[in-house]
Amino acid sequence: MSALLEADALHLRFGAVRALDDVAVSIWPGEVVAIVGESGSGKSTLLRVLSGQVAPDAGGVRYAGAEVHALGEAQRRRLMCTDWGYVHQNARDGLRMGVSAGGNIGERLMAAGTRHYGAIRDAAAEWMVKVELDPARMDDRPGMFSGGMQQRLQIARCLVTQPKLVFMDEPTGGLDVSVQARLLDLLRRLVGELGLAAFFLTHDIAAARLLAHRILVMRHGRVVEEGLADRVLDDPRHPYTQLLVSSVLAA
Amino acid sequence: MIRRAILKALAIPGHQIPFGAREMPLPYGWGTGGIAVTAAILGPRDVLKVIDQGADDTTNAVSIRRFFARVAGIATTTRTAEASVIQTRHRIPERPLQEGQVMVFQVPMPEPLFRLEPRLAETRRLHALGDYALAQLRLYEDIAQQGEAGSAYNHPVMVAGRYLMSPSPIPGFDNPKLHMSPAIMLFGAGREKKIYAVPPWTEVRSLDFDDHPFAPVHAAQGCAFCGSTASYKDEIVADDAGGRVFVCSDTDACREGQE
Repeated sequence: MSALLEADALHLRFGAVRALDDVAVSIWPGEVVAIVGESGSGKSTLLRVLSGQVAPDAGGVRYAGAEVHALGEAQRRRLMCTDWGYVHQNARDGLRMGVSAGGNIGERLMAAGTRHYGAIRDAAAEWMVKVELDPARMDDRPGMFSGGMQQRLQIARCLVTQPKLVFMDEPTGGLDVSVQARLLDLLRRLVGELGLAAFFLTHDIAAARLLAHRILVMRHGRVVEEGLADRVLDDPRHPYTQLLVSSVLAA
Repeated sequence: MIRRAILKALAIPGHQIPFGAREMPLPYGWGTGGIAVTAAILGPRDVLKVIDQGADDTTNAVSIRRFFARVAGIATTTRTAEASVIQTRHRIPERPLQEGQVMVFQVPMPEPLFRLEPRLAETRRLHALGDYALAQLRLYEDIAQQGEAGSAYNHPVMVAGRYLMSPSPIPGFDNPKLHMSPAIMLFGAGREKKIYAVPPWTEVRSLDFDDHPFAPVHAAQGCAFCGSTASYKDEIVADDAGGRVFVCSDTDACREGQE
């Protein structure tokens, strides 16, 4: 078995700031990789480079044998609406607020070429059930949903085309803890059921333990520690990781 | 320059070609795009017909016809059968068009993704990528909320399976007439400075879903003058009691029907 997505020697500078400094990442089918680090550590930049939205100064990203940054825009968009999904931290960035929940889920299907109204409705209803939303609210706009529901709707919108790889940029950020817990449960179930590979960005190391198989710790644009989730969390080696693990609040 | 834009438009069916709009003897919105195209294609033997919402006798139709009779010295007509060039606002004549005839549409807004995507640079990119999920999404929303397509006029069409095109604000009733038409269809947008075209015998499909096929609205009654049930009708309030009659929108077809 080979890696689904592989990146090596990624460098990217924003002026004097080294946003990415010799970063190498890979992900295998069905694997959840958490990228943890404080704000400004370069984890969001890394996600944008991996998903082809920002080109690195040096280094390459390979997906299924193709160099992601060498693809034409049409191919990259195609990849984005079939093989990949991107979950934004703020659901409003990933949803069309002026379009009903069903339309939001159906858009990716239509972009992928579905032209059957009934089939789109059925898929939307099915996915609303999967993310624990009431399918009777399919024609409501996302603005009428709570924050947690919007986030679940965004996840349904991403997963409806059955992607192989999902990029999640702090999907639980900005939600209160009970809603976070429910969302994490849901994500864990979906990832297991669908055999998804996922990059999961978070500054919440407890969430990483719940979901991730492997953890990358980033600081100042470098990967300072990498390993199996339990190993990194129970036996952190880098001083920064030790700091992160020890600063988790226990209730 | 406008002729070159027209040739290019015919070569790439449904694709919008920019052109440098000239000064026109009337304001934008009154048919400047149509007049620019008509002026570019008229020859000495052409016979021009101008219609406004199907009627030959409205102010704009009369003025534009008179303008070209005076500056180009060409013959004009109100009969569809006799015309070689037909400039139109918002209708396609009922009488089937023939090979050799040219339709010139006055277009207020050439961009079919207008109101769906506010950035013009982005709409150009979407056209280049052939990504029309937004238009399909609008249609989905209309059907989900109203049970049918929301656009009774200016319903977008796919031209030759490639470009999404605004048919100009013709009623959905006229959309099927664009499909495999023997006539040349030219579209001129003066304010937006775009020309696009549908060459003869080109596939033009109204945007729809497989299980919700495009279905234009037909009037409930026949025409009060000619009795036609097949034509597109205007609904007119006929008296102070709120009584309504339906009459043909195409005055020439109605005249033929009455004879």
